Amino acid sequence: MVSLLDIIGPVMVGPSSSHTAGACRLGLLARGLVGGTPERATIELHGSFARTGEGHGTDKAIAGGLMGFRPDDERLRTALEIMEREGLEYRFEKTSLGDQAHPNTVRITLERGDRRSTMTGASLGAGRILVSDIDGFPVEVSGSLHTIVLVAGDVKGSVARITGLLADAGVNIATLKLSRKARGGDAFMVIEVDEAPGEAVRDAIRALPWVSWAFRLDKVGA
Amino acid sequence: MYRSLAEAIRDAEARGVALSTVALEAESVDQGRPVTEIRDALRRALGVMREAVDRGLVGDLRSASQLVGGDAAKLRTQATGPLADTPFRDVLARALAVQEVNAAMGVIVAAPTAGGAGVLPAVLTGLAAARGIDDERVVDALATAGLIGAVVAERASLSGAEGGCQAETGAAAGMAAGAAVEMLGGTPSQVGHATALAQQGTLGLVCDPLGGLVELPCVFRNATGAAIAMAAIEMAMAGITFAIPADEVIDTMGEIGASMDVRYRETAGGGLAATPTGRRLARERLVELKRAGG
Repeated sequence: MVSLLDIIGPVMVGPSSSHTAGACRLGLLARGLVGGTPERATIELHGSFARTGEGHGTDKAIAGGLMGFRPDDERLRTALEIMEREGLEYRFEKTSLGDQAHPNTVRITLERGDRRSTMTGASLGAGRILVSDIDGFPVEVSGSLHTIVLVAGDVKGSVARITGLLADAGVNIATLKLSRKARGGDAFMVIEVDEAPGEAVRDAIRALPWVSWAFRLDKVGA
Repeated sequence: MYRSLAEAIRDAEARGVALSTVALEAESVDQGRPVTEIRDALRRALGVMREAVDRGLVGDLRSASQLVGGDAAKLRTQATGPLADTPFRDVLARALAVQEVNAAMGVIVAAPTAGGAGVLPAVLTGLAAARGIDDERVVDALATAGLIGAVVAERASLSGAEGGCQAETGAAAGMAAGAAVEMLGGTPSQVGHATALAQQGTLGLVCDPLGGLVELPCVFRNATGAAIAMAAIEMAMAGITFAIPADEVIDTMGEIGASMDVRYRETAGGGLAATPTGRRLARERLVELKRAGG
C-alpha cells in the first residue's frame, strides 16, 4: 500500500534515494548486529554501488549509517572525516557478488569489542532496503519495522519461549521467520515487531541458555 | 490510497470537496493516523523544501564531480531573457536550486524521488509566493501531489531504473501541475486534466545521467520538467481539457517504461551519457573524484 508520506518524502541528504538514503539505512541496520558503532568494518561494494558509489556518496552514507547518522543528517557529507577523527577503521572495497546479486548490493563485515558479524543487503530504490544474509543465514529484513535477530540451538519449543517473552513484554509480533543451515544445527530467527522492544526483553532472550546471541535492529524506514 | 485519479475526482466532486480532502482521509484510514498528524508531516516537508530552495539560490554549492552548481543563482540574477520578472522564471530558478542542493549532498525532500525533487517545490513555493497563498493551502496541495504520485506508483513506476526519467521528473511534473491547479482554485477535474497534460508532455523521456550520477542532465531536467508543469497549469486553468484521462496517460507511461531499453534506464549506457562528450566528462570527473577522495 502506497502512503502519501512515502511519495512526499523521505527528507534526505542527496543525491540519490537508492545510492545515498538506502545506503545509509543499510549501515544503520548493520550497526545493530554488533550493538552499536563498529570499531572496524570492511565494506564491499557490488555492481552500481561499486561503479557510481563515490559520486553518490555511497561510501559516506554507509559510514555515516554505521556511526548512527540517519538519512537526513547533514553529517553524512563529512562522514569519512568524522570516521577518521573518531579513530574508526572502515575500509571500502569493490567486489563482485555474482550475477544474481541486486545491482546495489553491499556486504559489510563489522567488529565491535569481541563481536563480529557479516551482513549482505541491497538498496532497492526509493530508499527501500532488503538484507538477504546475516552471518551466512538467509534472511529477509527490510528495516521498516523493529527487528530482533537471534541464533538459537535446535531446541524444541524455542519459538514458543521467545514469543512468550515478547508477549509478556507487550510487544506485538508482525512477522517471524526461522531458518537453519542444517537439521539439528543452529536456527536463525528474524522477528519483526510493531513496538520497539526494550533492553529487558533482549536481555531475557539472551539469558536463555540455548540462545547464542540476540540483537535488536532499530527500525530504519520512513 | 486511491489507485485511480478518476475515482478520487468522482468522490471529491460528489461531495463538493477538494482532492486533497479525499486524499488525506484515505491516507488517514490506511495508516490509522489522524489527518492532523499527516498534515503536520507534510508541513514539515514543506519547511525542508523551502530551506532547499533558499540554500540553492545562494549559488555557492557544487556537486561532487563539480559538473553542476551555481546555475540557479545565475537564472535569478541575470534577468536578460524573455521571462524576466515573471513567476515562470522564478519557478525555473527554484527547480535548479533544489536539484543543485541535492547534487551537493544537501537536504531535500524526495518527492517523488531525489532525482526529481526540484519540480514540486519549485512550482508550489514559486506560485504561492507570486500569488500570496498561505502555507495551509500549500500543505493541502502537497497532499494532492502525494495522491497523484501514489496513483503513478500503483499504475506505472516512480523509478528511473524501471521507467526512465518520465517516471521521475515526468511524474513530478504531473504531481506539481495537478497540485498547483488545486492550490490556485481549480476544480478536481481540472486537476486531472493538468496532470494528464503535464504527463503527456514527458512521455518517452529517458533516464541518461552522465556516469550514472544524479547531476547532468538531472538538474536541468528538473527545470524543464517544471516548465512542462507550468504549461499544463496554464492550459488547465483556462479550461482546456485533455481527451485521454490522466489514469490512461499514466498507464501509457508505465507501458513505455516497461518496454524501454535498459540503456535508457539509469544505467548511463545510452542517451546523453553515451555521447562522446558525456563519456569524456564522466571519465575525467570520476577520475578526479577518486583522486580527491584519496
